[in-house]
Amino acid sequence: MLLIEIKPNKCDFCGVCVGVCPEDAIELKEASIEIIEERCTNCAKCVWCCPIEVLIFRKDKIQQLKAKAI
Amino acid sequence: MLEKFYDVIVVGAGPAGTTAARFAAEQGVSVLVLEKDRDVGYPVRCGEAVSKDGIEPFIQPDQKWIASTINSFILISPDETEVKINFSRTGYILERRIFDYELGKLAAKAGATILTKAYVYDLLRENGQITGVKFEHNGEPKEVRGKIIIGADGVESRIGRFAGIKTHTKISDMECCVQFTVSNINVNPNACYFYFGTKFAPGGYLWIFPKGNDSANIGLGIGGDKAKYRSPISFMNSFFENKFPNIPKLTMISGGVPCSFTLEKIVKDNVMLVGDAARQVNPLSGGGITSGMIGGSIAGEVAGKAIKQNNLNLLHEYPKIWHQRVGKRHEIYYKIKNAIYNFSDETLNSIAHSAIKIPENERTLLSIFKIALYDKPSLIFEFAKIFFY
Repeated sequence: MLLIEIKPNKCDFCGVCVGVCPEDAIELKEASIEIIEERCTNCAKCVWCCPIEVLIFRKDKIQQLKAKAI
Repeated sequence: MLEKFYDVIVVGAGPAGTTAARFAAEQGVSVLVLEKDRDVGYPVRCGEAVSKDGIEPFIQPDQKWIASTINSFILISPDETEVKINFSRTGYILERRIFDYELGKLAAKAGATILTKAYVYDLLRENGQITGVKFEHNGEPKEVRGKIIIGADGVESRIGRFAGIKTHTKISDMECCVQFTVSNINVNPNACYFYFGTKFAPGGYLWIFPKGNDSANIGLGIGGDKAKYRSPISFMNSFFENKFPNIPKLTMISGGVPCSFTLEKIVKDNVMLVGDAARQVNPLSGGGITSGMIGGSIAGEVAGKAIKQNNLNLLHEYPKIWHQRVGKRHEIYYKIKNAIYNFSDETLNSIAHSAIKIPENERTLLSIFKIALYDKPSLIFEFAKIFFY
């Protein structure tokens, strides 16, 4: 389950998130950004490094994830 | 019309990419440059400061892309002590959108083909060999074959990853940046301002680079390990609220600068990386234009030679030449960066207080460093820690 969310219409497509993503899980084009769920490990490095707070880590979804795991 | 095959395919049309393309094309080999955005030179993701000496080997200075000429630095400590240092060389603040465009024209003049709105999403492989790239142009999937692929695709580089090189940057080495170009500002039009300290930009610095008489780039970069706790845009907004509450903002951009040293591998098989993609950035200043052009020129020249001699083993000369010319120096700068960015606010203040006592005409970065050591000998240990451990 993806815990990283992209706030709509906020991204500047600068590529910092792609530059720090260890899993190559972000697809960035001229004016579009997408997280590839199968590759993302929810490490949140992209969230920490985004200069303008576009990416958010959905802590609230962790419980859901745990429930799913059980 | 696009050919089916090129000797060299360059991905990315920033200064490193177009310089690589030019130096390869100048040797008479066929070159294609693919740029994902619709313009060469835009959007600009840069503070736009360079030294005259750094760019002159590549392009004749032209007023149409020089926004300001710089002859001094003003370093500002956390307690806002201003230390002015006269620069013995000349610096420029560029209009990157015009500068990059002119570099693109130079590549085209040398014979390179340039295609914009061309997003490379994978390498083309046939019989286990990399034989070209797959790209999307105007929404249509396309392929083009090439003997050598040069990845000049910036901080977000994926060409290296496609080729099996680990290119992602450690978050503490990623300077996470935001910058506004503002108008109606009253700053010295020939000075670059640098603000240091946890209040302005922890693990980095905040800059004001003038563009002409009443405009300037105001931006900051902070290490990703610091950005984790408070975002760059939040620091930037506080600065504006305190210093320039109602200033008109003409542009806003975000971006990242990989401030480490060159990737261990910048050549693999027939793939070469240049510029930010190879992390050829001066890690101390975060400047990547000049070093990217040097990397691009070496890679382009080596690629052209390898094609002409039909010997791809020659590509391994590229990292050797790069390390001799620039790479080794960047490793030292990286250590200095780690020392400076870890200075406490008190240390920075005490250095500034000592520095302003040096007469302005004798003030250089070296003289400041010397007096800082004299005034605060423990600094030697701070440096020693970084250098020897």
